[in-house]
Amino acid sequence: MTDWLDHLIILPILVPLAVAAMLIPINERERMLKGAIGFASTLVVFVVAVILMRFAAAGPDSLPGTGVYQLGNWPAPFGIVLVLDRLSALMLCLASGLALAAQVYSMARWHTAGHHFHSLFQLLVAGLNGAFLTGDLFNLFVFFEMMLAASYGLLLHGSGPVRVKAGLHYIAVNLAASALFLIGVSLIYGATGTLNMADLATKIAGLAPDSRRLVESGAAVLGVAFLVKAGMWPLSFWLPTAYAAATPPVAAVFAVLTKVGIYVIIRLHLLLFGAAAGTSSGFGQDWLIVGGMLTIAFGGIGVLASQAMGRLAGYSVLVSSGTLLAALGLGHQAMLAGALFYLVSSTLTIAAFFLLIELVERGRDAGADVLAVTMEAYGDFDEDEKEEEVGAAIPGTMAILGLCFCLSAVLLSGLPPLSGFIAKFALLRGLFAMPGSDLATAMSAADWTYVALLILSGLSAMIAMNRIGIRTFWASIEGTIPRVVVIEITPVVVLLAACIFLSLEAGPAMRYMQATADDLFQPIVHSERVLSAPRAGGR
Amino acid sequence: MELILSAGIGALTASGVYLLLRPRTYQVIIGLSLISYAVNLFIFGMGRLRVNAPPVLEPGGIGDLARYTDPVPQALVLTAIVIGFAMTALFLVVLLASRGFTGTDHVDGREQPSD
Repeated sequence: MTDWLDHLIILPILVPLAVAAMLIPINERERMLKGAIGFASTLVVFVVAVILMRFAAAGPDSLPGTGVYQLGNWPAPFGIVLVLDRLSALMLCLASGLALAAQVYSMARWHTAGHHFHSLFQLLVAGLNGAFLTGDLFNLFVFFEMMLAASYGLLLHGSGPVRVKAGLHYIAVNLAASALFLIGVSLIYGATGTLNMADLATKIAGLAPDSRRLVESGAAVLGVAFLVKAGMWPLSFWLPTAYAAATPPVAAVFAVLTKVGIYVIIRLHLLLFGAAAGTSSGFGQDWLIVGGMLTIAFGGIGVLASQAMGRLAGYSVLVSSGTLLAALGLGHQAMLAGALFYLVSSTLTIAAFFLLIELVERGRDAGADVLAVTMEAYGDFDEDEKEEEVGAAIPGTMAILGLCFCLSAVLLSGLPPLSGFIAKFALLRGLFAMPGSDLATAMSAADWTYVALLILSGLSAMIAMNRIGIRTFWASIEGTIPRVVVIEITPVVVLLAACIFLSLEAGPAMRYMQATADDLFQPIVHSERVLSAPRAGGR
Repeated sequence: MELILSAGIGALTASGVYLLLRPRTYQVIIGLSLISYAVNLFIFGMGRLRVNAPPVLEPGGIGDLARYTDPVPQALVLTAIVIGFAMTALFLVVLLASRGFTGTDHVDGREQPSD
């Protein structure tokens, strides 16, 4: 490890961790200074993530140190390792990009709402990156806790009864999930004697039947902990309330927190219970299918029933989680690339939407949405509105906000031509293009249900977004035009532009996702790469 | 010994889950603490129970590994204890904040008529 490039892998954890500690002693009045340092740190992480992803795109062997970073120079499985492959590089990029946008947004006003916002934010980034990079189950727990502890603080940022109540529920649910996490990890350790994910993947096929039962129950308990995080029904009732209560920049990064749960499930499921796992192969898939589909249905109904935009966005998070979980549960190799594309696209969209909501709602009173939907239900339309001035120019702010809202609606509901559509198309194409050639026999009832749910969830998102969009932008409701600062609208525009870029460059993006998916379906290759990685400086 | 440990873990978990489902924030925090104690004991038990076997090698030679107990779960328990302690402290702060805002210790921030 003489080459500095070898140490690139650990920077996404070290930099935010060091900066978080550095920011604490700085006086709270120096907010812009703190913000600038925090921004610089997140920017460094983002640049490193992009460099790492470029390395990873060329294949794991071209990565510095073949993508394995041995802490303390102990080889796996005895030492703790960080492992970088295409999937973790992708998640690093996504998370740090979102964090960057949210942080810029927060500097307009939200970081003044409480203490130590930027320190907590950096800790959250460090925990997220650590969870994506670690190759060890117990370290995964440590980084998870770090991320969660920071998220508790961030959810409570801004205080107030609503946030404290939502935070209380959020913390209680997550602490219980952490206990399950530990039980699962220790069961797996007790049965196999290792915590290294790569080592586990090689050991799982040759387990004795009673150890196998222990590992499977351990994995099931562990799975529940991640599914709580990912928001699978019925473990998700806390989610819309908590996300709607959080301040907008925090809610935007929370959009990627659920994806950490999804990431770990994708990683562990394919590593431990892939085709090479002997009789354990495909363990738990039925649960993912049923749970994922129920989550889509629950999320879709929730989207329709939401009267406030914050809750609508929260339920959209659930729809996105459910779509991914069910896609993973169906277990078709051709679908995974589409699922990864969907993951990126939907996370960016939802984050942009969370940021946008507050800007749109700024000029209106809080009760307006509830009132509007209730009026619609009772047919009590306000006739006086027609007397409003016709043809008045829409002020610039409203035009930009409206455009952003339209783009979010198109992306959320998966209409062409943007990336939301491409993602769903790739998912469906993976489902239809199965080797069985004859469609009617090759596809099971579960596959057809998934197709129906995917399309219906898009429809419900479209109806809900239409309704809220018309109420907000077309019906004139008294209220001032929101005063929007440039650094608030820029992150929204950048996130949506990233989705548009993803649509334009869908070819290269899909090739990357396909390569990632192919990697994930070869757990033994991955394991051998991790376990046989040479120590630095030779033996 | 195994029986006592497993009964202990079972009792702690059962009381913890019961308290976690109660409507008062103080009961919830005690429930979470009990669950975390049970989990710590459980992790310890996963390293297999051994009497008079140290987890650390003695100086001067490796010796017979059968005389030592598995050190990894003990290290894991230490980490879990620290994290659990920190989370309990944080939850306590939120509990007090909630009490301050709503004037009640009900988890929903308002009294239910049936309570």
